[in-house]
Amino acid sequence: MKNYILLIAAVLLASCSKDTTAPATDPSETGTMTLEFDNRAGSDDLILGVQVYTNAQGEKLTITKFAYYVSNFRFITANGNVYTVPQDSSYFLISEADKASAFHTLKNVPAGDYVQVKFMIGVDSTRSLMDISKRTGALDPATGASDMYWGWNSGYIFAKLEGSSPSSTDRQKLFRYHVGLFGGGFNNGVKTLNNTREVTLTIPNNGKAIIRKDRRAQVHFFADALKMLNGTTNISVAANPNVMVDALSAKIADNYTQMFIIDHVHNE
Amino acid sequence: MRHRYWWGQGILLPVLTILFISCNKTEQQETMPPVPENIAFVKPAGFPEPAYRFTDNPVTTDGFALGKVLFYDGALSRDGTISCASCHIQANAFTHHGHDVSHGIDDRLGVRNSPSIQNLAWSTTFFWDGGVHDLDLQPIVPIENPVEMDEKLGNVIKRLQANTRYQQLFQKAFGSPDINSARMLKALSQFMLMLVSANSRYDRYLQGRETFTDSEKNGLAVFQQKCASCHQPPLFTDNSFRNNGVAPRMYGADSGRYVITLAGEDMYRFKVPSLRNVALTAPYMHDGRFGSLESVMNHYDNNFFDSPTLDPVFRNGFALTETDKRDLTAFLRTLSDKEFITDRRFEPPPGFIPRD
Ligand code: HEC
Ligand code: HEC
Repeated sequence: MKNYILLIAAVLLASCSKDTTAPATDPSETGTMTLEFDNRAGSDDLILGVQVYTNAQGEKLTITKFAYYVSNFRFITANGNVYTVPQDSSYFLISEADKASAFHTLKNVPAGDYVQVKFMIGVDSTRSLMDISKRTGALDPATGASDMYWGWNSGYIFAKLEGSSPSSTDRQKLFRYHVGLFGGGFNNGVKTLNNTREVTLTIPNNGKAIIRKDRRAQVHFFADALKMLNGTTNISVAANPNVMVDALSAKIADNYTQMFIIDHVHNE
Repeated sequence: MRHRYWWGQGILLPVLTILFISCNKTEQQETMPPVPENIAFVKPAGFPEPAYRFTDNPVTTDGFALGKVLFYDGALSRDGTISCASCHIQANAFTHHGHDVSHGIDDRLGVRNSPSIQNLAWSTTFFWDGGVHDLDLQPIVPIENPVEMDEKLGNVIKRLQANTRYQQLFQKAFGSPDINSARMLKALSQFMLMLVSANSRYDRYLQGRETFTDSEKNGLAVFQQKCASCHQPPLFTDNSFRNNGVAPRMYGADSGRYVITLAGEDMYRFKVPSLRNVALTAPYMHDGRFGSLESVMNHYDNNFFDSPTLDPVFRNGFALTETDKRDLTAFLRTLSDKEFITDRRFEPPPGFIPRD
């Protein structure tokens, strides 16, 4: 039985990725692309609050909050054409607590066969220094960004991972990793840490996101929450239960650079 | 001291306004100059170009009026008791006179001394550690600080949106009744940008409209020689961050600028404060440790705490004679700007109820 399902799945997948669409020729043709962010913990679905996970340090923990900004999306076709999503509509806050935040639909994407996605984790310094009236929606400190903004050190929190662990040395056995800091440098002032990170992901299995006026593509990303802790620096909730504006935040930022993959693309 | 500005559902204020106007009519006509109708930001002669981006937020009469109401309104705090003016009082050049560290909601104490709000159009950063780079973003901090107003910005916006009087004020200021964070913050900026102090005795002395005593003249000379490199006229700050040797506390030391930049060279550095109106803004330094200018003078008389970031000017025998101290103090008193602290444009709007 299981084998049959696998076989059918394989056939279906093969047919999905077979591309019989005529190449895009009209430069004014556009279509729709949807980005889906699926939050994971290792190989599993991320379940807040109740599910116990283990980090690379062998510490058991549960996760109560996982949220992050991704921004400045660019899509690249096989022949190297780059489409940059208009800056004003290229900031997304994904929070595991808010299911709707997993989906972001981009309209007016030029027709093309895209093979690669580039984006930034965090909010770039230009936007962080921009007039407050240019920071609406996900970037409004009163609404979208209310839980992801530092007032006292003006700037967005790019990623938050919170939870509890019996290994935590925090009094309440909690851990909180809040990573922000966009590099400072305002008014020619000193530079701070810059924890924005660039990510380049290639659609696996030679896949493409096919955009035409009558076809939409959905790019399905996985974001592995545990990768904030596991990577080039394995973070220990015993040694560092709380990291916010701290030199160690740069190490967590290096870790979150590896947090995303594109799992697959649906072409409709 | 706490100031509550009861405004409720929009009925109380008009009533109070009428009462206020009728009560004060005679007095107002006899002793008070009329409140100017048209508000505009004017750069005083001799001041540099402002750092604030006025093109993004030009000051208008109605924007200023809205900003002033917000500044004096307890509705910006969780329980309605604390307004910006609770800690920034006009008579004290908009500081919290008499409190070493600020005193907020539920009588909770902050860790820093509230600076005066004046000449902010020329500030390149805000707060003792410079953590905020834009005046428009500044009010988020006290509103959300648990020891100050302890409220969420989003809740404040919702409260204002539900208030018909605010809808009218936003309509007047911005052309539509929409109330959002950008508009609220910009209105507050408009009020604060207008708080310009540039008419002290010192300013008039420079213009030849005032004479100085010998002591004040000597104080100015000492100041130019020893203090002006950091407290640079006409703003009396160069907007830099320095360590002037104020000893870090043994427990809970405030690392100052380092908190923001995490750069070793910024340890114990604080923003050079303006000294305009300094005689009105005791206590002094980031934690309000010195209660008088005399103590400040004693500090600058070679009482510097040595640490790797201590400013080099204080390293090689920086001392003041008793005459210097007396004269410097006399000079600093010439920086008080009576017009600024009594300017009726900045007074609480009618309906403001001070409470202690
Ligand atoms: C509980 C007292 C308190 C309240 C209420 C309060 N402040 Fe302050 N304010 C302070 C303190 C203390 C500081 C200095 C904090 C620091 O540097 O970390 C400050 C700093 C400031 C500064 C920076 C000045 C400079 O030169 O760097 C501005 C501007 C300001 N406050 C405006 C406001 C506004 C607007 C409000 C109302 C939304 C407000 N304050 C409410 C205590 C208060
Ligand atoms: C190297 C730069 C530097 C020099 C020179 C300097 N100061 Fe300061 N001054 C500062 C800094 C920085 C602070 C704030 C320190 C803090 O809060 O811990 C300050 C604070 C003050 C304050 C307290 C103001 C307030 O509102 O709290 C006074 C008064 C003052 N200085 C007067 C003087 C006088 C008088 C001189 C000359 C004898 C002088 N300063 C020289 C950097 C300097």
